[in-house]
Amino acid sequence: MTEQEQVSDEAVAELEAGASKLKVSDELTITIKEMHKWYGSFHVLKNINLDVYRGERIVICGPSGSGKSTLIRCINRLEEHQQGDIIVDNVELTNDLKNIDAVRREVGMVFQHFNLFPHLTVLENCALAPIWVKQTPREEAEEIAMKYLTRVKIPEQALKFPGQLSGGQQQRVAIARSLCMSPRIMLFDEPTSALDPEMIKEVLDVMIELAGEGMTMLCVTHEMGFAKTVANRVIFMDEGEIIEENDPHEFFDNPQHERTQLFLSQILAH
Amino acid sequence: MSTEQTYAPGTHPDLPPPSNTIGFVGWVRGNLLNSTTNIVITVLTVYLLYLIIPPLMSWVFLDAVLQADSRDDCRAIAKEAGHPMGACWAFIGKRFELFVYGFYPAAERWRVNIAFFIMLAAFYPVLFDHAPYRKQGLWFALLAPVILVWLLIGGFGLEPVDTDKFGGFLLTLVIGVTGIVVSLPIGIALALGRQSDMPALRIICIGFIEFIRGVPLITLLFVASTMLNYFLPPGTTFDLLLRVLIMVTLFSSAYLAEVVRGGLQAIPKGQTEAADAMGLKYWQSMRLIILPQALKISIPGIVNSFIGLYKDSTLVIIIGLFDPLGMGRASLADTKWQGLSTEIYVFVAIFFFISCFAMARYSLYLEKKLHTGH
Ligand SMILES: Nc1ncnc2c1ncn2[C@@H]1O[C@H](COP(=O)(O)OP(=O)(O)O)[C@@H](O)[C@H]1O
Ligand SMILES: [Mg+2]
Repeated sequence: MTEQEQVSDEAVAELEAGASKLKVSDELTITIKEMHKWYGSFHVLKNINLDVYRGERIVICGPSGSGKSTLIRCINRLEEHQQGDIIVDNVELTNDLKNIDAVRREVGMVFQHFNLFPHLTVLENCALAPIWVKQTPREEAEEIAMKYLTRVKIPEQALKFPGQLSGGQQQRVAIARSLCMSPRIMLFDEPTSALDPEMIKEVLDVMIELAGEGMTMLCVTHEMGFAKTVANRVIFMDEGEIIEENDPHEFFDNPQHERTQLFLSQILAH
Repeated sequence: MSTEQTYAPGTHPDLPPPSNTIGFVGWVRGNLLNSTTNIVITVLTVYLLYLIIPPLMSWVFLDAVLQADSRDDCRAIAKEAGHPMGACWAFIGKRFELFVYGFYPAAERWRVNIAFFIMLAAFYPVLFDHAPYRKQGLWFALLAPVILVWLLIGGFGLEPVDTDKFGGFLLTLVIGVTGIVVSLPIGIALALGRQSDMPALRIICIGFIEFIRGVPLITLLFVASTMLNYFLPPGTTFDLLLRVLIMVTLFSSAYLAEVVRGGLQAIPKGQTEAADAMGLKYWQSMRLIILPQALKISIPGIVNSFIGLYKDSTLVIIIGLFDPLGMGRASLADTKWQGLSTEIYVFVAIFFFISCFAMARYSLYLEKKLHTGH
């Protein structure tokens, strides 16, 4: 099975009909300027410069340990950077808690291991942030939650606990949970790498649909089929640096840097 | 024995399990008689039970004397009835009020009874989430401590009763319940403080926990009964029971803090991260996400600490307070009843066992109720 086949035909058709022709806007939404980060004395991110425009779908790839997770976790301040600037929707990320809260309200995140709250039902997982962060009344928050659970095609699981769902279902709940806060930007950190192969597709389908709706997405993934159909830009990182940045077709067919070529040959080898 | 019946692939129906693997017979075969060793152990156990249970039954029930005025009286009654003297429960009966209320004035004991039922009523909505009118019940539970203190100590229209009159089960319950209810929040706060990003707070919490854990409870109780006077401004009197309550609570909270810390450490980092990424504040994420999970896995340890605290309350004998055990020992000094220590100790043991067993069962119930994963 090639990776492209993991993405369903309807979803691709839908995307190609409209979404992929979505004109990526001129509106800057994330600006990262000369950003550095260290873990202790370990220089994990080196001089990162990245501008993201509203509506962009950016795929970030690179070998394990290259700093991909750290980079996207800096964008919602799960990790603190030590040098340079990160500006998200005109809010600069500093130690100011108010700014951090403002950014986190705009930015949703989906993790490799779902990180659902196991003691709460699916519905409670989804309604939690609207209720406590946005002070939405409970009934309304639950309506929102049901709306997004329907969008990810598991409304019937609303009253179950995460531990009773399959991995693919859990990840779709995690996506719905983020969407309930109506984020303007979504970050995905290897959302399918903890899933059994037969469940990858259902999660990718949801992500493709999301891209089709014009969501700004930064996605760390090695799903090259997904990158080719959805991304408008692919970024390759190695040892804490952005090595290469290109449109997906150029990136896959004509990689410039030899480290990119080596990486691509390795992941395409199997 | 093999079934001859065969089925074409894909058509095999669900069959019931062989009859000798289910039901009581199946259970006995599978658990008690499933190997030579197990058979030997089972036979030995049955024999031991045969040796112990009949004499125990005669002592506790058949040969027991329920009504008598002294030990000699007990013996005489047993002799008259033509059986050896079993337990002389009459002794307990005569001293029962002392065991329950201590030296609480007889005319005011109704207050203790009411307080006991108020305590039960306050615990019910807290412990069981299916309690009817739970919301109102929880408000009542918040209010209950004030009512209880008022009822037990008096003032504001009630006859004041000194705390040195408290004794027996009343004393055990006061110490146990106060210790448990107050030490849990303090323990949680200490556990969180111990993990804090603020070094000053962290050091204070660690210092406190390690100091308390490094000193025996008895020492703390002696400190409570004597040393505190040196630290307090001269002339202040500081109620002995209150000092004991503070010491027992602090002692138990240090242990709870460590139990809760274990629970906190078992929660994957991803939970905090997901909560942070959603924009929940520190206290929200603690209250809604981390603590419910951490406390759930700490339940066995927490209840274990509670049971320990409850039983350790007997140590107050040493500083001159009379809990049931102290009461019993004091009663033995009575020449009329001399030599009946077994009855006293068995009685006190049963009291503690019932309370502690109830706690243990509640903890199991809670664990089962909170289990959501598969
Ligand atoms: N909390 C941390 N403390 C120290 N080093 C870390 C921490 N998190 C990640 N690292 C290191 O930083 C590097 C980049 O990690 P990460 O961003 O997770 O890589 P990737 O997601 O590309 O696999 C790795 O070498 C990893 O070991
Ligand atoms: Mg990673």
